[in-house]
Amino acid sequence: MAEVHAEMVANVWKVLVAEGDAVEDGDTLVILESMKMEIPVIAEDDGVIAKLLVAEGDVIQEGHLIAVIE
Amino acid sequence: MFESVLVANRGEIARRVIRTVQRMGLRAVAVYSEADADLPFVREADDAIPLGPANPAQSYLDAGTVLRAARESGAQAIHPGYGFFSENAAFARSVIDAGLVWIGPSPEAIERMGDKINARNLMEESGVPVAAGTRVPVTDLAQAVAAVTEIGYPVMVKTAGGGGGIGMGVAYDEAGLAKAFEQASRAAARFGGGPAILLEHYIERARHVEVQILGLADGTVVALGERDCSVQRRHQKVVEESPSPGITAELRERMLAAAVRAGEAVGYLGAGTVECLVDADKQEFVFLEMNTRLQVEHPVTELVTGVDLVEQQIRIAAGERTAPPTATSGHAIEFRVYAEDPRRFLPGPGKIGVWEEPSGEGVRVDSGYTAGNTVTPFYDPLMAKLCVFGATRAEALERARRAVAGFTVEGPKNNLPFCAELLENPEFVGGDYDTGLVSRMRA
Repeated sequence: MAEVHAEMVANVWKVLVAEGDAVEDGDTLVILESMKMEIPVIAEDDGVIAKLLVAEGDVIQEGHLIAVIE
Repeated sequence: MFESVLVANRGEIARRVIRTVQRMGLRAVAVYSEADADLPFVREADDAIPLGPANPAQSYLDAGTVLRAARESGAQAIHPGYGFFSENAAFARSVIDAGLVWIGPSPEAIERMGDKINARNLMEESGVPVAAGTRVPVTDLAQAVAAVTEIGYPVMVKTAGGGGGIGMGVAYDEAGLAKAFEQASRAAARFGGGPAILLEHYIERARHVEVQILGLADGTVVALGERDCSVQRRHQKVVEESPSPGITAELRERMLAAAVRAGEAVGYLGAGTVECLVDADKQEFVFLEMNTRLQVEHPVTELVTGVDLVEQQIRIAAGERTAPPTATSGHAIEFRVYAEDPRRFLPGPGKIGVWEEPSGEGVRVDSGYTAGNTVTPFYDPLMAKLCVFGATRAEALERARRAVAGFTVEGPKNNLPFCAELLENPEFVGGDYDTGLVSRMRA
């Protein structure tokens, strides 16, 4: 199981996966936007999205849990 | 002269414009989003009108709401700052149609310079040197490949309507071209421009040097020296200085004359900047683009000329016949203090615990924040501009080292450690650097 956390305060611009989706190491899960910069959030493991805890338009804090990959 | 000015912007530039408006004896009206209610520019204005939510589309970029704020506050003129509405011809037109004074160039001049391909062709006709490149928009990869057979690799690929380095990429071969073209097309789609792509021959060892111009009310255009903006990360400026340590007096003279011709070609009124790329080895320059607004880095010009550019903008917009001095003396450097980590330059917004600005001879700080404020993720990462002035470049560098060391920011991540590192970098200190400097420092 791998937890994916936010590295910084950001807005959730795009959510590219849904719970139940299979993902591979290197896939983009979510694109955050902070201070006019796009920051892709990348899967660092193969697996299935067990939990997805953000929605487009959310403002999330540094360390916020974005997704759990199993 | 009008009696009140609404500043349609935020942060450091709103605060800086408000300061000049008030010094001129005029009433300054601020507008602000919910995220910015506690910032200094809101408190320091004579009147402040809330616009709406943090999202710029619902606040700073909501034309109807900004115009309503102007009506409600009785403001007679609008200063757009930079970014947001500053290069939006439609907004400029609606300001004028509402019977208000637009502190900027005519909507026609904004339009003619806003499309990079148009601007490039117009400059070529006016005798301003341009890079070998496409004269009509390229809309698919096959056209791009065909164009490069004439231009030659390497090429810079960019969107015709874009700015701020977004979507720009360099290609050295056809595979790279396909990738850069894809990236630029995506940026064009996202930021609302059409699929119009521009290709230009890419200069390997380039300096980014720009000329400040002022179009005066009597129709003449004057140049107020140049700014070297070659210290960049992700094609965005971090440090600017004037004069440029990388051009000869002869090249400077040619560049200033070309910038005046560029301004005259569009009947330019007010403050504008003609951006050029200089081939550092050949001492030749080409036109890059014209910014029809006040630049972020305008303070370095103010420090070497003694001219308040915002005051000039206001006087020109009011129809006053001004004749600002154009001679320069000494050396000025600006450091953009960004809320970002100093290694990878990734955003690091947060609440400011400690904020202590340096002061002293030759030090000027234009800041948008103070202790207790929160830097939010909704806007650009610029927290402050640390500017220094000295009789010589060596004196300016020495003052910069002291000023950077004396600037304390706790809370958000910030790039002051990068500024300190740059001030010890032999290339930067020696002056013979180019736009690849920051990448080399982080290689």
